[in-house]
Amino acid sequence: MSKVLMKGNEAIGEAAIRAGSLNYFAYPITPQSEVAEYLSRRMPEVGGVFLQGESEVAVSYMIFGAAACGERVFTTSSSPGISLMSEGISYITAAECPAVFVNIMRGGPGLGGILPSQADYFQATKGGGHGDYRLLVMAPASVQEAVEMVMQAFVLAEKYLNPVMILGDGLIGQMMEPVEFPEHLKVEPSNKDGWATSGMDTRKSSHRNLVKTLYLDPGELNAHNLKLKAKYERMQREEIRYETYNLNGDYEILIVSYGTMSRVCRTAIDNLKESGLEVGMIRPQHLFPFPGQAINDAAAKKGCRAVLSVEMSMGQMVEDVERSVIGKCPVHWYGKCGGEVPTPEEVMGEIRKIIE
Amino acid sequence: MQSEVQFAGFGGQGIMLMGQILAQAAMQQGFEVVWIPSYGPEMRGGTAYCTVVAADRPIGSPVIRNPMHLVAMNRPSLEKFAPTVKPGGVIFVNQSLISIEAGRDDVDVISVPIIEIAQKLGNIRAANIVALAAFVARSKIVDFEILRETVKGKFAKKEKLIPLNMKALDEGRKVALG
Repeated sequence: MSKVLMKGNEAIGEAAIRAGSLNYFAYPITPQSEVAEYLSRRMPEVGGVFLQGESEVAVSYMIFGAAACGERVFTTSSSPGISLMSEGISYITAAECPAVFVNIMRGGPGLGGILPSQADYFQATKGGGHGDYRLLVMAPASVQEAVEMVMQAFVLAEKYLNPVMILGDGLIGQMMEPVEFPEHLKVEPSNKDGWATSGMDTRKSSHRNLVKTLYLDPGELNAHNLKLKAKYERMQREEIRYETYNLNGDYEILIVSYGTMSRVCRTAIDNLKESGLEVGMIRPQHLFPFPGQAINDAAAKKGCRAVLSVEMSMGQMVEDVERSVIGKCPVHWYGKCGGEVPTPEEVMGEIRKIIE
Repeated sequence: MQSEVQFAGFGGQGIMLMGQILAQAAMQQGFEVVWIPSYGPEMRGGTAYCTVVAADRPIGSPVIRNPMHLVAMNRPSLEKFAPTVKPGGVIFVNQSLISIEAGRDDVDVISVPIIEIAQKLGNIRAANIVALAAFVARSKIVDFEILRETVKGKFAKKEKLIPLNMKALDEGRKVALG
């Protein structure tokens, strides 16, 4: 298929359809409302369902219901909406159902603003809802990558029977870039016999599938949590994804940055190279599991004087970076909130400050 | 090679569409492209702007503070963005609405009375296509024939508007090169 110029939000909606998700429940919120706008037209064309919930809380339980029945299902929202969904997300992880949540982040806390932000890093990677759970968190840096990640997210959600979150800043949803959709669609969840409550007559197995989150017996609940923990550990073994930039040379500074912010850093790195200063970058494509070992190795490399976490937040990912670098060299943070995306010049200025 | 174009004006002047057509044409020509809208608590008649980046390599920062070129469709846009344009770039001025100078002698300024031209063509709504044609002809950011095909494609569902827009393209180019 040839390339088409598409807005991130619309491409995300189309990608989900092509991944075989014909169930979309959502509540509109800037800067992701175009997903709902697009799918309100597109879902009927493909025989799918778009239902606008009365609130994000309701949406999260519509997702739970559809997921428990073995349907591919997803939603999109932005920061305050994801806060409201967090209760449902906790339940879905506890019940071990696959679902995809897309957060096109805006500034917070509270109602905050509607411009790009990355301030939901903690919410996405450390919890948001209650209890010991994790989401597999994917962070696209382009519209094309958003498409690929959305499609992959359904496969991963079913592999781990756990929700997957796509964490994009407002620009990922708002900008237009050329995209190419993979041709092949995988419609049916492959392993749903073992968990979906879709009715005994839909399955080969005679095992009764049960969806629940209440475990009053302490031993049973501990065992359930150990089972979940084992899944998250498996993610850490199998799902670490990151990209490196200018990491082969003798860099003096190592940047860790993700999403749109990492592209700004790429331009800063190119510009600094021209003036003779080498800077390398690790861009986590998955935020959980986090590429801690790769960052540790890169920070430990001879000649690396400091690590800089660049993010559109007041310093969230930097905590994971510190945890990864474990004292190999100093760790700095640079970022901005409120919607003004730091410029390459500002990132360059920060790097020069560290060097001096 | 990378060039950036800032389109700016009032909401309703077709700012977003101009940017999208240019981005589409640049993509057809084989460039990497990004189109970014200004989005925010906007209102009818308020300011609207978008940025198009076209490059022969993957585009790093999609956020541009200092564009190569500017298409200013109203006075506030010219006042706000003219100082940000890189030396050597093109500043397009909508002469029908802007009575002041760009105030730059290190850029190529092109002023076109696009509303009057569009009126002569019979439809004032083609003014943004006149502007886009003049800008593209002058900046040579994309091949003019590819632009023509893209505009045709954009109006594929409103075929009766194609002849008008083709004339608008020709007039815009003529003014820019004349």
